[in-house]
Amino acid sequence: MRLSVRHTTIYRFDAPMRFVTQSHRLTPSTCTSQRIVAWEVGAEGAVFGASFVDGAGDRVTTMTVEGPVERIDVTVTGEVETFDAAGVLRGHREIVSPRTYLRPTQRTKANGALGELAAGALAAAGEEGDLARAHLLAAAVAEAIAYAPGTTEAHTTAAEALEQGRGVCQDHAHAMIALAQSVGLPARYVTGYLLTGGEEGIGEASHAWAELHVEGLGWVGFDPANRCCPDDRYIRLGSGRDALDAAPIRGVSRGGGTEAMDVTVVVAAQQ
Amino acid sequence: MYDGKRVRPAYAKLLDWVESTSPEALSQKQRQAEALFRRIGITFAVYGEGGDTERLIPFDMMPRVFTEYEWRRLERGVKQRARALNAFLYDVYHRAEITRAGIIPADLVFRNEAYEPAVVGIDPPAGVYSHIVGIDLVRTGPEEFFVLEDNCRTPSGVSYMLENREIMMRMFPDLFRATRIAPVDDYPDRLRRTLASVAPASCEGQPVSVLLSPGAFNSAYYEHSFLADQMGIELVEGQDLFVQGDFVYMRTTEGPKRVHVIYRRLDDSFLDPLCFRPESMLGVPGLMNVYRSGGVAIASAPGAGVADDKAVYIYVPEMIRFYLGEEPILKNVQTWKCADPSDRKFVLENLADLVVKEVHGSGGYGMLVGPKSTKEQVAAYAERIKGDPAAFIAQPTLALSTCPTFVDEGLAPRHVDLRPFCLVGREVHLCPGGLTRVALKEGSLVVNSSQGGGVKDTWVLAD
Repeated sequence: MRLSVRHTTIYRFDAPMRFVTQSHRLTPSTCTSQRIVAWEVGAEGAVFGASFVDGAGDRVTTMTVEGPVERIDVTVTGEVETFDAAGVLRGHREIVSPRTYLRPTQRTKANGALGELAAGALAAAGEEGDLARAHLLAAAVAEAIAYAPGTTEAHTTAAEALEQGRGVCQDHAHAMIALAQSVGLPARYVTGYLLTGGEEGIGEASHAWAELHVEGLGWVGFDPANRCCPDDRYIRLGSGRDALDAAPIRGVSRGGGTEAMDVTVVVAAQQ
Repeated sequence: MYDGKRVRPAYAKLLDWVESTSPEALSQKQRQAEALFRRIGITFAVYGEGGDTERLIPFDMMPRVFTEYEWRRLERGVKQRARALNAFLYDVYHRAEITRAGIIPADLVFRNEAYEPAVVGIDPPAGVYSHIVGIDLVRTGPEEFFVLEDNCRTPSGVSYMLENREIMMRMFPDLFRATRIAPVDDYPDRLRRTLASVAPASCEGQPVSVLLSPGAFNSAYYEHSFLADQMGIELVEGQDLFVQGDFVYMRTTEGPKRVHVIYRRLDDSFLDPLCFRPESMLGVPGLMNVYRSGGVAIASAPGAGVADDKAVYIYVPEMIRFYLGEEPILKNVQTWKCADPSDRKFVLENLADLVVKEVHGSGGYGMLVGPKSTKEQVAAYAERIKGDPAAFIAQPTLALSTCPTFVDEGLAPRHVDLRPFCLVGREVHLCPGGLTRVALKEGSLVVNSSQGGGVKDTWVLAD
């Protein structure tokens, strides 16, 4: 499928800022499930630089805006040819050891309830391999945390989301990571775009899911929110140990004001 | 100091001097030394004590002495270790051959809190990750040195080495005239050159280095300002630096000035709020991106701490064999990993005879010195080990060498350790001296200044 993306993030400052610095993970890499046809990240008045590909294969770029600045529009436009690889990440160049993804973060730390959920999900399983176990964990997360936008916040942890039983894709992904790590499967957070519409897709065009490292297959994506593995409706943007680590935009604004942020993402299938 | 019953020749001249000086004159000298320290203002903040957070580290005017012959062997050993630790850091942030070869367990590296995935794949100039390596040593016999721990992040204490020497030279000019003692005062210049030697390839002309400090509230701030001053480089805090385009700049009265090398005395997690702790106000936003794209060098590299982890320590002799193909010159202290069931059993059964440390701890906090502890303390510590075994390692209590030290009753032996400072840039250099720490309490083996230890000057005599 050929997908077009238009992703705009508008920052408004109620008092002008002196200096704004952002780190962007806003450029998808080519792999067997996606080919980048065109991609551009821009912001008027900004300086881009210090760009590199990190150990996990993600392109990271730095953006700064010198003040006084009251508004910044970060615009991403692109076109990607996608293929259904049943969630399996192939042809993606990375060198970081999967074992580093066994270490939880504050957001993905498993507590007793998450551990029990994982154990319960696998109790019925026999001598199945990692892939089957991963599917069982994904189903358990989807079952335990209902999709309910607006019920959680950016800093909500996996444990908190499970306790209240509601959340969004970020919470599903965090819970999935916690469950996987608690049974010894490396897991990470993935950000990207999703073609929604129709009855199939829930969540927003700006999406997140988890990847688990499965012996023999490598990294495999699981989207508990949609009870599926990523297919050709998905564009994979970048990864990290949790939502903060993988965030498409991380920024610090220095100055007196407070910040309001507006995000719009439109993903469309090209004819 | 003593070689059997005989005074080691290295100390002979010193003892002559002590014996020919009246006790009154000696104690007057000691007071004079303390007054000098106070005037210079070297203090050290002690954690975990309320009220006055800064106090003077007790200085003992009796130096610790090495002969050149003794030092040469020690020097080879320390340099060997510093090279192996850097080779290990390069390896674990690239192909990790050492874990593939099964020499170090992969989980010990990759699941280590000090392992930093954000620096995987980076090639720092000259392949150096840890530019200042402080190796803590103890001596147990004439030819026997044991390494207690490695410090690959930001080993502190070098300002004491320099100030101790300065004060000794002021107080005892005659001794320095009569004895050939290797100078240490070129250390700041050596450090400055080491930093300049690892400037990124994109640097044209004279590299600009800065010392990045968390600020005046940090317990080692004195050392930060002292070293920056001695090196003739700027002492900066995070807010003095900013990132633009591909580089890091320093704000100056003449406008922005590009910075090539950052000697940071700030922990990894505070370095860059866009990569590590987002709430950090001490760091420089975007610094890691510039570092990763080759625009700036950071000494020591973020993630260097995985090499000085106390559980990784056990494998340093293996690292030396693996990377350098050499036999280790300095010995490791036998170490039991409480994470290992059979080791743990042994540790719990012999707790009263062992020293137990927290794997990620430092500064002598949270450790148990079995032979010096009460039954209750030992029992309580056993519970801590059982609660989180992987957080602890244990070592035998060593028969540490002693050094004559002035105490209330006169000159008496006290246990000492040594931290020499090894600089690693394009070249490897060991400063001939170091920080000798002394346990001032009789019989005590804990030399940390935070636990009531003192310091001494360290002399390396020319043959």
